[in-house]
Amino acid sequence: MRIFAKVPNFNFMAQRKAGLWVSSLLSIGVILMMLLGALHLGRNLNFGIDFTGGVLVEVVYPQNIELDSVRNDLKAGGYHNPIVQYFGGTREVLIRLAPEEKENSSAISASVLQALGAEQKGVQLRRIEFVGPQVGDELTVNGSLAMVFAFIGIALYIMFRFEWKFAVGAIAALVHDALMVVGFLWIFQVEFDLTTLAAILALIGYSNNETIVIFDRVRENLINQRKGTIYDIVNLSVNQTLLRSIITHVTTLLVCTALFLLGGPSVHSFSISMIVGVIVATYSSIYVSTGLAVALGVSREDLLPPETKEIDETP
Amino acid sequence: MQPYATWKYVLLIVVMVLGGLYAAPNLYGEDPAVQIATQSGDALANDFGDVVGKTITEAGAKAKLSVLKNQQWLVSFEDEAAQRLAADALKRAMGNDYVVALTTASKTPEWLRAIGAKPMTLGLDLRGGVHFLLEVDIDDVRKKAVERYLTELPAFLRKNDIRYTGRHQSADAVLLDFADADKLSAAKSALAKEYSELMLTVLPSAPLTLEVKMSVVEAKRIVDFAVKQNLTTLRNRVNQLGVAEPLVQRQGQNRIVVELPGVTDATQVESLLGATATLEYRAVDESDANLAASSGLVPADSELFYTRAGHRPILLKRDIIAAGSQLVDAASTVDENGSPAVSVTLDGSGAKKMFEFTEKNVGKPMAVLFKEREVVTNYNAKGEPMREHRDVQEIISIATIRGVFGKRFQTTGLESKEAHDLAILLRAGALAAPVDIVEVRTVGPSLGADNIRRGFQAAVLGLVLVMLFMVFYYRVFGAFAIAALVLNIVLIIAGMSIMSATLTMPGIAAMVLTMGIAVDANVLIYERIREELRDGQTPHASIEAGYDRAFLTIADANVTVLIGTLVLFAMGAGPIKGFAITLALGILTSQFTSIVGSRSLAHLVFAKRKLKDLPIW
Repeated sequence: MRIFAKVPNFNFMAQRKAGLWVSSLLSIGVILMMLLGALHLGRNLNFGIDFTGGVLVEVVYPQNIELDSVRNDLKAGGYHNPIVQYFGGTREVLIRLAPEEKENSSAISASVLQALGAEQKGVQLRRIEFVGPQVGDELTVNGSLAMVFAFIGIALYIMFRFEWKFAVGAIAALVHDALMVVGFLWIFQVEFDLTTLAAILALIGYSNNETIVIFDRVRENLINQRKGTIYDIVNLSVNQTLLRSIITHVTTLLVCTALFLLGGPSVHSFSISMIVGVIVATYSSIYVSTGLAVALGVSREDLLPPETKEIDETP
Repeated sequence: MQPYATWKYVLLIVVMVLGGLYAAPNLYGEDPAVQIATQSGDALANDFGDVVGKTITEAGAKAKLSVLKNQQWLVSFEDEAAQRLAADALKRAMGNDYVVALTTASKTPEWLRAIGAKPMTLGLDLRGGVHFLLEVDIDDVRKKAVERYLTELPAFLRKNDIRYTGRHQSADAVLLDFADADKLSAAKSALAKEYSELMLTVLPSAPLTLEVKMSVVEAKRIVDFAVKQNLTTLRNRVNQLGVAEPLVQRQGQNRIVVELPGVTDATQVESLLGATATLEYRAVDESDANLAASSGLVPADSELFYTRAGHRPILLKRDIIAAGSQLVDAASTVDENGSPAVSVTLDGSGAKKMFEFTEKNVGKPMAVLFKEREVVTNYNAKGEPMREHRDVQEIISIATIRGVFGKRFQTTGLESKEAHDLAILLRAGALAAPVDIVEVRTVGPSLGADNIRRGFQAAVLGLVLVMLFMVFYYRVFGAFAIAALVLNIVLIIAGMSIMSATLTMPGIAAMVLTMGIAVDANVLIYERIREELRDGQTPHASIEAGYDRAFLTIADANVTVLIGTLVLFAMGAGPIKGFAITLALGILTSQFTSIVGSRSLAHLVFAKRKLKDLPIW
């Protein structure tokens, strides 16, 4: 099957300024939205207990259960602000407790089950997790550091393989992609746990794929075609790699959708983050990374190997 | 078209065969099994297999396979009924010196095991179990070291005839006061010679006071030592629990991970892991304890304690007859009245002292003091965690010395479960420093099984979707890509099995994600082939160009994904490490399968044909 009869010829670089503006505004918008949301509405990212510390209990009821009745049971048991939600179905319930109870973990698990009336109602414990606040704090620090290290590592690699202007473009695209995903998670209050962080880090590597494929093509075209402005060559390269980008994204979206549909609730936030990130990466590789590199004034000389001396030595 | 080099076909076939062989054990499933090891961790006797076999046959069960594995005897059975029957019989026959635990054994046939093939380890999130993260209290380790120096240094100075006028302790230093500067400098040089690990400074604000601190290296060393000791102790305690394949591992500077597969009740284990219990045998001071308790006046050579039952005040002599550290064995048992007791065996020095004491004190009372240090985490007004120690010191039994004894005797006055737990704690030794449980994750077995099922279904659906899409879009070449993809999955599984890596739920997600990323390489190549065809190249030249030109691009793109996974691996723990390993492995193997694998197929099918076009559109 073919989508285009020949290599398409969209003038992507003509829209590069608009593209950069839109992406910058979107990024700033997301940051502002999250900051203002946190300050005025008290709405933060929905961090999981991996980051906040606390207790998480997953139970299964023998029949469908109203969340309010679970909440009431817990309140009667002395837990004042439990977060109670369905987890997969209307029999499976996930309970999160803030790390304020002055008990050790085993005492909590016993008393939560007692509050739920587990024995009388046939409630089955699926999983219970207790994370101390010190572990959560540490993970927040380590997670942020991990992001920074990933950015630095990728930037260094691109500088080594290409050139610093490309590295700047690539990192800008990565930051943009990560921000869009986090913004999405914020708006829809998707739980941000350790696997979500893993998704974002994997995404950073993945979305950079696009950028590298385009950059590689730009370099190849520069070597093969001595004519044409950098502008034309970048445009050509983006067009040449366009189909490949679309198709790769389709396959990745297919597997992530499979994971979302059948993988169960424990990989929901992982697959959602990947799906959003893959979609965002499609345009950011064109408009943000490549667009920015062009805007920074990438030139022929930046990418071509220095002329070899052999030519001089010919008589 | 150049024929594809023979060695590449050979390499591909070798990789396929090896991958298949080493991935195969994962298909066989598991048998219920029983594992037997010595309590002490010593090697098993040579004829141990015969003893086990005999016990099992006598119990009426039939063993399927009986082998020695990692110093443990592993017996597998056809069904769980036989497993339970045999386990009960073995527990009774082996007694307290052996740990008998229920486990599972892979059904991998002998010839596969002979080449070292084994199934992947499943993470706790897939098979159920408890994960603990313990934090060793570093402050306590340092404080105890400073306390030790506070008694040791003055003793050293006295021995060397250097007089000091006072000694006290600050947060992390010992302060010694001297009458004049000469004494101080004499002390300083003597101490510097003997204790090279200490830093000696005179503060300008107090010219006659010597501040003694541990050097940074020494402070680090003692913490390291304490963590290592705790590791050993925890390993012993965990072994006593009779759990199959437990994991006790250091993580970072002062954390210890304990993973117990199959255990679903964290409560029981938790109290055992964190406890720092020990016993002391002391003489009872027979003066009026009630008076001492009400007036607060305690005789100089005695201390006031309370009994566990009834909270009665009792005065005990300061001198310790025998302590927990002198214990060689402890076992829970019942005394002559049928009430629970701990039977204790002392080492040479303890036995000697006990003998001397009981010889002189027949008819007098002796007490057993139970000391336990618990760490309790409370939260202050700001919600910050405050770690507090709670010392429990109780007299658990007072008994009249009926006769002279030394090495072996019994301690009574406990409840049945207490006797059992205390015996375990005493046998395993005390923790060198208190530990705080900072993370507990319990996964029930049903959730683990669900996760495996869901992960498998998602992977199959993902594969089918990608397969349909690729074949629809790239025709025959799409089928090549799918063949490469299947090989890639086999190689990931084989690689993880060889590395003994742990498969976790995020790891399954990574495998599914790898499918998407791995076909990317083929998409890149095929688009390039199409381009070359459009440009008027011959089909054969297009195939060559497509593969040759795409190689570096694919490598570049894969490196950046690898950077992300490396970072994840470095920071992550548990399931996330599983994600990073799986993804990294998948990317590495895809570089081989997507390029060499699919290229070999393309050559095999098309190299010798005359072609006008390629079935790639």
